[in-house]
Parts: sequence; structure tokens; C-alpha cells
Amino acid sequence: MEEAKNAGFGSATVGTSHFHFQIGDKRLIQAHLGFAYFALLVGALAGVLQTLQRTGVINLPSSLGYYQLLTLHGVGLALVFTTLFIVGFLFSGVAKTTGGELSRRERAWGWSGYVLMVVGSLLAFLSIGMNDASVLYTFYAPLKASPLFYFGLAGLVLGSWCSSITIFSAFLRWRRAHPGESSPLFVYMSVATMIMWDICTLGVVIEVAFLLIPWSLGWVDRVDVSLSRTLFWYFGHALVYFWLLPAYIYWYINIPRLVKGEIFSNSLPRLTFILFILYSIPVGLHHQFNEPGIDSFWKFVQTVLTYFVVIPSFMTAFALLATFELAGRSLGGKGLLGWVTKLPYKDVRFLAPFLGILLFVPAGIGGIINASYQLNQVVHNTLWVTGHFHLTLASSVVLTFFGISYMLIPVLTGRKLTRAANRLGIIQALIWVVGMSFMSGAMHAVGLLGEPRRISYTTYGDSSVAQLWIPYRQAMAIGGGILFIGMVLFLLLVFYLWFLAPKSEMPNEYPIGEVNPEQQKPPYILDRWAIWIGVAVGLIVLAYTVPFAQMFIHPAPGALPARTW
Amino acid sequence: MDCILVVNNGGLAVLGMEVPRYERIWLWFGIITLVIFLVVTGYMAFTMELHPANGHEKTVPPEQVLATAPFDKPGVYPLGNNQYDVVLVAQVFRFLPATLTIPAGATVHFRVTSPDVVHGIAIPGTNVNMMVLPGHITDFTYSFKKAGEYLMLCNEYCGVGHHIMMAKVLVQ
Repeated sequence: MEEAKNAGFGSATVGTSHFHFQIGDKRLIQAHLGFAYFALLVGALAGVLQTLQRTGVINLPSSLGYYQLLTLHGVGLALVFTTLFIVGFLFSGVAKTTGGELSRRERAWGWSGYVLMVVGSLLAFLSIGMNDASVLYTFYAPLKASPLFYFGLAGLVLGSWCSSITIFSAFLRWRRAHPGESSPLFVYMSVATMIMWDICTLGVVIEVAFLLIPWSLGWVDRVDVSLSRTLFWYFGHALVYFWLLPAYIYWYINIPRLVKGEIFSNSLPRLTFILFILYSIPVGLHHQFNEPGIDSFWKFVQTVLTYFVVIPSFMTAFALLATFELAGRSLGGKGLLGWVTKLPYKDVRFLAPFLGILLFVPAGIGGIINASYQLNQVVHNTLWVTGHFHLTLASSVVLTFFGISYMLIPVLTGRKLTRAANRLGIIQALIWVVGMSFMSGAMHAVGLLGEPRRISYTTYGDSSVAQLWIPYRQAMAIGGGILFIGMVLFLLLVFYLWFLAPKSEMPNEYPIGEVNPEQQKPPYILDRWAIWIGVAVGLIVLAYTVPFAQMFIHPAPGALPARTW
Repeated sequence: MDCILVVNNGGLAVLGMEVPRYERIWLWFGIITLVIFLVVTGYMAFTMELHPANGHEKTVPPEQVLATAPFDKPGVYPLGNNQYDVVLVAQVFRFLPATLTIPAGATVHFRVTSPDVVHGIAIPGTNVNMMVLPGHITDFTYSFKKAGEYLMLCNEYCGVGHHIMMAKVLVQ
């Protein structure tokens, strides 16, 4: 396709369009992205320092603790960057597909959420920076951080609840205007994501508000460690789906437009997201397989439920391949695999997430291994697990977020995705994949050799076991260094596209895939959220009642606060 | 409301949505694979009694644990019949005792607790991998088949000395 005149490379794949975000929505979305990139920088700086320290390449100055950095890395990336970026991205698609803009009230909720999330994050960062919260992003009791830390995280979560009100409001606004119709797919999937988020965050909010904050303020002496951990992991597994689902949204909805194809099905993806609501929460015990105080039987029940959550990912894999194949064939691809060559690999908005999709194969397989009950003992708390989530979150999801950024920033700012920026973006994505292959690959291997995760540099007294780990540590250091270069390049490109790229005469199109009009209409029951929330709650009650009840009927003595750093 | 799952004329419809043929084959492949995995792990769990570490006993308040039996005297205790109790304490930042001597091939029953924060015990080269929670006793049964000197390390972050927390296991 010819580049539209004076509109930059970005117009070549999907063209330009008259749609542009209203100024109020633009500011709201940009605010979220901006703080997200700040958290990304903070987390990445911590990460590169960590990887060089724990592989023995550098020594940190005494003012910086390894575990302090690790806490910053986890909180900054896994909690702050992700939440802010996801909300910004969902707002953008919801605004576009519910008539082109959010309402004033929806924006007000959005801003309230933003302020709470930013203030909360800054409080958390501050307490970590003062070394009062070196408790890692899982903040397991009875390690006791400063109350500022817990208040900060509570603010982050409460803010995200406000953000979810924006999305629910937009959905209801659209439904009032289109009674009886199935909602646009982007809105539908955003609503599903936030329903799952709101239900799962209840666990961590209860933990923080009722167990940890009173205890950290000294109002209460002891904390029930098992109860606090179980509440956390009730939240903690669905958290990873909160990261994944927005990436799925981009794959399901935006990418089909980029490949000049159609959304393969308007119906089954909705079922996919319903299945995620149902099966991503009553599974948290699979993070607690090796713990005392929880019945083995219920750990196994949650293993079964965990396997169920693999099914919507199978469905997604099929839908994506079908979309690619049909698009490739319609563009002239012949024979069994000719369609593969017809995909827009030269467009970073497609290529980066596509690489993420490829990496999701080993990522998902690793996840099934982790969930396999007895097999978990081989990998628990080893670097294998770290390797795993650097594939799922830090590759599949983050590469997709890179692609979203290259798409969204030009649309928001009216600047061009220039040919040069696109090419550098491709290089940046490839650097990321190379770095991650070294680092995550080495982590998987050395994890099987027993090297633990979340641990500073050690040779365990020059033990023979630790000697085996040395070559893998070298690979991890190389990989981590390459990744940091990739991150710096990404942030420089973001800065360029946001402030410096030449203005375009017409904004790039915000690509939203179309559904084939002859497609079967989705059954309205999928839009009746109350039913599915009910089923989700039923499954949570089934999976968690006995484990929680046992903690109240036969409670363990609580633990006193510990500050061991 | 349509039936949830309808199989007719070789087709499959879920909640009234058609599932294309190739997708159906793919999903059956996936579901059957998962079922096989579940049957295998379930058999291992409920017939062979192979479970990850567990434990339902509670302790006295954690800070009193070191003064209370059996944790006031950690060590390896023979039970007869080639079975041993290994009473272990995981605390910041060491294990008590610092060296365990265990006969090769014996069945070992770990009983572990912590007087302070959460710890983890892992022995690289074996399947020993358990969490230690203050207030709880972790039970795990294992048999060291190969003689040798093993490293026992803490694999759950417990503070600034986490990475030097280690012990030695001599299997003879």
C-alpha cells in the first residue's frame, strides 16, 4: 500500500483515518502511558543492576541492597508499569469503540483512579528507596515493611478499581444505546478483564487492609502467615492473567486489521475471556504447593482448575493462526504455507507482538509444567520460575506492549511513525528477543540445576553445585545487558515518537479489526455478566472454602513482625 | 437458552456457537492431553501417596519454638526399621543443625519449623523442596538413594543474609 502523503511509514500498512481521540481522552491516556514508562525505566534500571550483581559481574555500593533493588524491580514492573499501561491501553480502545470518546463522568473516574495509582506508586517507591520495604513484591509476612509501603500498594489497587468503573460505565453507556446487541469486542474483553481484576484484588486488599496495615502500625501484634499468603495468591495468579488479557486483546482485535484480515470469530473469543474469569482465580494454591497448613486434596483440586485455564489459551492460539492464514491467503499466499510470507513482518506494530506470540509457546509449556503438582517440587523457587515469567510477562506481554506503544503514541500525538522509527523499533524488538533468549534460556537451565531465585550473589562457600552454575550466570549477565540496551532503545523511541517525530497531516488509523458480516451473531448470554460472575464466585467458593475455613478452625499461632534487612 | 454443549451431525456447538472442525480437533487434542496429565498426577498423588510437602501440626508461638520439644534438640533421630526423623529449624540465617548425617536408602521424615520468618529448604540434585512457615510444622518424607555430600540452601527470601543460609547433608 502506498504511504499516504506526508503521513509516515505508519500509514503504509493501515492507512490514515479521520478518527482522532478527543483532547480529554488523549490527556487521560497519555498520562497513564507516561507514568507507566517512568515505572518501566525504574524497574529496568533495578533489573540490570540486579542481573550484573547476582552473576558476580559487579558489586553494588553498600547503599544499595540487592533485595531492595529486587523489590523495586518487582513492584515497578509487575505492579505499577503493567497496571498503568494496561489501563491506558484499555481506555484507548474502549473510547474508540463506544462511539469515539468517553463521557465526562467516565473521564472523572479515570482521573480519580490515575491520581490514586500514581500517589500510591510513589509512596511505595519512596518506602522501598528508604530501604524500609525490602520485602519483594509479594511482601510475605512476617517480613514487615513500613506502613507507607502497604498504604501505597492499597492506593494503587483502589485506583485501579476507579479505572474499572470507567470501563464498566462505558460499557453500560454503549448498551443503553444498543439494547439487545452484543457489545463491540474490545469493550467486551475490557469489561471481562476488569471483572476478573476486581474480583481477584479483593483478596490482596483484604490481606493488606485487615492483616498487614494494622499489624505494621502496631495495632495488632501478630499476623497469621498462612492466611496472609493464601489471600495474596488468591490475587497473585489472576494478576498474571490481568497482564496477559490485554495482550490477547491486541492480538485478537488490533492485529487482524494490521494483517489486513478479519477477526476470525466474534463469538468464541468472548467465551475465551469468560473462561479466564472463571478459571484464573480459584487456582492460587498452585503457588503454595510446597507449604504446610493446606490440605493436599485441595491443592490437587486447584491443580485441576489450573489445567482448565489452559483451554482458552488453546482457543486463542487457534483463532490467531486462523486469522493469519485467512489473511495471508486473501493476500495471495499459495500452497500449504505460502500465507506465512504475506504477514506484515516489516511493521513493528505487528512484528513485536508476533515475536511475543511465538515465545508464548515455550512460555505456556513451562506454565503447564509448573502447575503439575508433584513436578512443581523440581522447579519451585528456582530460577526456572524466573525464566518462565520472563517469557510470559517480560516477552509475550511486554513485546506486545512495545507494539501497542508504537501504534498508540503516533495516534495520540498526531506524529508520524517514521520509516526510521519503525526500523529501529524492529531492531529493538529483535534485540529484546536475543537478550531474553540468553537470559531466560539460561535461567530455565540453571534452575533445573538447583540455583535458587530471588537471591543475591553467592557461591555457597565455593560448593561444587554452585560451580555448575557459573556458565549459566555468564549467559544471564550477557542476556540482561542486551535486554537493558533494548529497553533504553525502546524508551528513546518512545520519547522520539511522543515529542520529536514530525507531525502528520492526518493521524494514523487506530486499527480495529472487523468481523465478517456473515458471521454468526454471538449468543446474548455471553453479555449477561451477572451469570458469569455468579459462576466465578461459585468456583471460588468451591475451591477456597475448605482451605480458608481450616485456617480459622485450626489457626496457627501468629508471627511477630520481623525486619531482617 | 441453548444447551451448553450440543453434539449433532458431527458438529459441535457451545452455547449455540459453532466450533469449526479443525478447532474442534485441536481442542480435543489439548483437552485429552491435559486429562492424561491429570490422571498421571492424580494417580501419583492418591494411589502412590506422592505429595509435595505438607503438614497440619501447629506449633507454640514461633518465638518460643526453640525452647519447645522437639525443636529444642534438632537433629537426626532413628525410629527403627531404617526410618529416621529429621528435626530441623530454619532461622535467620542458618539451619539447625548445620550438618545432617543420614544413611543412604533410609526413609527420612523431615519435620521443620521456623521461629521467625518464612524460609524454604532445597537440596539441589534431589526433589527436596519445601516451605517453612512460622507457626506450622512442615512434613516431608524422602529417601536419599545416592551417597554423597549435598548442599542444603534456603530458597525463600528471608532477609539480608538469605544467600548465605546453608547447611550440609552427608548421605553415607
